[in-house]
Amino acid sequence: MIIGAPPVPTSRDRGGPGTPLLEVRGLVRHFGGKGGLFGKGKSGVVRAVDGVDFSIAKGETLGIVGESGCGKSTTARLVMQIIKPDAGDILFDGEAVGSQALSLGAFRRQVQMVFQDSYASLNPRLTVEETVAFGPRVHGAKSGAALAKAHDLLHRVGLEPRRFAGRYPHEISGGQRQRVNIARALSLDPRLLILDEAVSALDKSVEAQVLNLLLDLKRDFGLTYMFITHDLNVVRFMSDRIMVMYLGKVAELGPSEPIFATPGHPYTVALLSSMPSMDPDHRTEEAPLTGDPPNPIDPPSGCRFHPRCKMVSTLCSQAEPQLSTMGQDHLAACHLVNPQSGHPRLAAA
Amino acid sequence: MSTTADTIVEASGLTVDFASGKGLIRAVSGVDLSLKPGETLALLGESGSGKSVSLRALMRLHPSSAKIGGSVRVDGRDVLAMSPRELSAYRGKTISMIFQDPGLAFDPVYRIGDQIAESVMRHERVSRSEARRRALELFERVRIPSPERRLDNYPHEMSGGMRQRAMIALALACRPKVLLADEPTTALDATVQIQVLLLLRELQREFGLAIVFVTHDIGVAVEIADRIAVMYAGRIVESGSCRDVIRNAAHPYTQGLLASRAHGTLAPDQRLRAIPGAPPDLAAPPPGCAFGPRCDSFAEACARAVPENVRVGVAHEARCLLAAAAMAPA
Amino acid sequence: MAAVDLSAIVIPPAERSEGYWASVLRRLRRDPVAMAALAVIVLIVLAAVLAPYIAPADPFRGSMARRLRAIGTPGYLLGTDELGRDMLTRLMYGGRLSLFMGVTPVILAFVVGSGIGIFAAYVGGWVNTVVMRIIDVFFAFPSVLLAIALSGALGAGILNSIVSLTVVFVPQIARIAEAVTTQTRNRDFVEAARISGAGPLTIVRVHVLGNVLGPIFVYATSLISVSMILSSGLSFLGLGVKPPEPEWGLMLNTLRTAIYNQPLVAALPGVMIFITSISFNLFSDGLRGAMEVRQ
Repeated sequence: MIIGAPPVPTSRDRGGPGTPLLEVRGLVRHFGGKGGLFGKGKSGVVRAVDGVDFSIAKGETLGIVGESGCGKSTTARLVMQIIKPDAGDILFDGEAVGSQALSLGAFRRQVQMVFQDSYASLNPRLTVEETVAFGPRVHGAKSGAALAKAHDLLHRVGLEPRRFAGRYPHEISGGQRQRVNIARALSLDPRLLILDEAVSALDKSVEAQVLNLLLDLKRDFGLTYMFITHDLNVVRFMSDRIMVMYLGKVAELGPSEPIFATPGHPYTVALLSSMPSMDPDHRTEEAPLTGDPPNPIDPPSGCRFHPRCKMVSTLCSQAEPQLSTMGQDHLAACHLVNPQSGHPRLAAA
Repeated sequence: MSTTADTIVEASGLTVDFASGKGLIRAVSGVDLSLKPGETLALLGESGSGKSVSLRALMRLHPSSAKIGGSVRVDGRDVLAMSPRELSAYRGKTISMIFQDPGLAFDPVYRIGDQIAESVMRHERVSRSEARRRALELFERVRIPSPERRLDNYPHEMSGGMRQRAMIALALACRPKVLLADEPTTALDATVQIQVLLLLRELQREFGLAIVFVTHDIGVAVEIADRIAVMYAGRIVESGSCRDVIRNAAHPYTQGLLASRAHGTLAPDQRLRAIPGAPPDLAAPPPGCAFGPRCDSFAEACARAVPENVRVGVAHEARCLLAAAAMAPA
Repeated sequence: MAAVDLSAIVIPPAERSEGYWASVLRRLRRDPVAMAALAVIVLIVLAAVLAPYIAPADPFRGSMARRLRAIGTPGYLLGTDELGRDMLTRLMYGGRLSLFMGVTPVILAFVVGSGIGIFAAYVGGWVNTVVMRIIDVFFAFPSVLLAIALSGALGAGILNSIVSLTVVFVPQIARIAEAVTTQTRNRDFVEAARISGAGPLTIVRVHVLGNVLGPIFVYATSLISVSMILSSGLSFLGLGVKPPEPEWGLMLNTLRTAIYNQPLVAALPGVMIFITSISFNLFSDGLRGAMEVRQ
């Protein structure tokens, strides 16, 4: 493959371009449920992911944003099958994962993940090339072929094999380590790459390099990304569509530009206005939200955002809003978006 | 820089050396800082730029193996000449610090209120109940909800943002004149980060605090700082008012940082203007300007000597030959 | 990617970095205390191994005429014991059994304990719980007591004392092995390996062993000193080696009657046990320091 070549018309595309590469329906995962060791701790179930639906089209980047505890990383691990969902279906290219048509092993080869901590996700005892060659070797590649592939990939991610292949993780910088992690993820020729805060720990000047690299790789390898981050600037730059999560639920979902231009959910509005202003003459004067993100143990009734919401009404604590359409593919789970909800502010408007 | 009556922090020619396997590493090489009461200076830089090391030098928080050179005067006293006893009185009373990880500030096995009261009693001759009252008052000041009850919490019983507020309360317990902040909002969600920044701004006005705020995030620096000093490889490469540094960045590194930010104005599929390469290894820094190897405008002269600090505007300085050439009389 | 002919790519020779163990060795060599301890250990081992060739006398031939000579007596550098045998010779020969009985249980326990600990931790879940609770039972007994009880039950003898010491050390090593393995298996790189479709055995071989054997090994070396003392103790109590076989613990026992006539000579086997075990301890400390992974 040559850099700049059009996406490979993969023979692996089974469902055709109209079928989403990944489809997630009704994903649920709760943790715990036991009381604390001395019976004093809060008992209750952590509703980490509580009924999440989304899909990612082929060649698309879906950005997932939200505060800590919103369930974005758990969603990634559920899709990855590192943890098992309590309920829900995951369809890959139209086929259910774990079904006869698509075994778990076959699925995993097509979905890979890059973690936030570039150091913890590399085995300190393996050289860079050994790490990248590990996957192909596991899948039966000959030692020489696996190494050749590793060198090719290292070259692709901007690490000259001659200089870097024999190094250990502690001898290279954070940005270089994350490049190794990306090369490792690509070593099995995946179609979907899950990037879980993959650039969050990097220095800003290095972050930009890695984001550019990810764009290049996406084009060259015909990849689809699920891009998880807490940085809204980065998610806007990277994503075609964005999913905003709050306490295990989807708050808003839609194409990037409308989400940034006309956010529908008050939570999205608050997230956007929490970004530093970058204008010394117009600094932020009032925090859009007070308090910390609440604990996903025993989330609030009705709309989970209602205790922090400026538009709250009694309806919000009673009825849980469903995702309603705001525009082309743009959905938000807020009573204000649904004209039939009966939210008092709708009548006032 | 001359010591004037109204500066509270004055560091000049500050150097910090660490011994390492590869020999002596100069983490900070010749940093000059001055700060007035009620002023906030942001030290902006990447990992390894020496920003945190410089900050800790103001409090002499280094392992004894580190060698600090130059001079540091805070509130009219020579910090580097202090005896251990003077130093412990100085820390907390004159100058105080908050960290990225509140775990560094709190002992996990004591109640937070007791720890704050303890700190008050160590520095001032007050009764336990008076110290306790002060702790409560501080909790109200940093806007911890139901402060009375929260004083009896252990650190792990608080959420991240609340722990950060409690740490600020602890740092302010003895009414210091200078607050050092080492990336205190980096680990927080954006929604909580902005709350903490606003709180710091408010406390600063109220107490007339001087704050040195270390961060790697330009956006955060803009929100908090009056002045910004950009650090690279152990030196301040540009300093000036927040407005000057953001709007008229003079050093190519600052310009690069500003240009490489992913932000909304980009068209889809446009690439970021990233700074190439990686920060230098401090054990073997490049000759001359440390940013040279990554700089678009690199010229041979850049590798000859470390560029001098030149004035590029009112209280706006940069260490770059280009800036010097632009300012030179024609 | 399918179109790339991988065999056509020539792999250029990459710059090799110093491997992990090479860097550990390099740091260890710079540690004067560890190197001194190692020198003492090597000296003692050499003296023990080469005893038949370099010992000045016969370890078993004594003479009532020259019992309990003082240290420095001409011809008997370290004096003689209660049966008139040359102490230097006896100490050199004694080192053979003492070292053997000190080191062997630790090696055996290292193999068995690591196996149990790594297995339990990697499988995790209830298997781990059951295995570790069983292990915990052994911790209810002080190790000295456990060793004596087992040796007593099995009967005196070298083999039995090795067996009983192994049983004492297996739970200790298993517990450490379990702890470091649990820590390692939760690291992201193990998760990444699992995602790439590797089976458990491959993951343990490639990603777990390399990261856990080092720390377990360090812990095991620190147990050698305990093992030396315990095995000497067993012999002292008559549960290990039988006279007239030279062994430091047993020598200490038989010489205790001479404590008033020749206290210095009587203390010599104890001094040897002390020097050897403290050397192993210091070396183990140095090794631990040298193995700390750099970020």
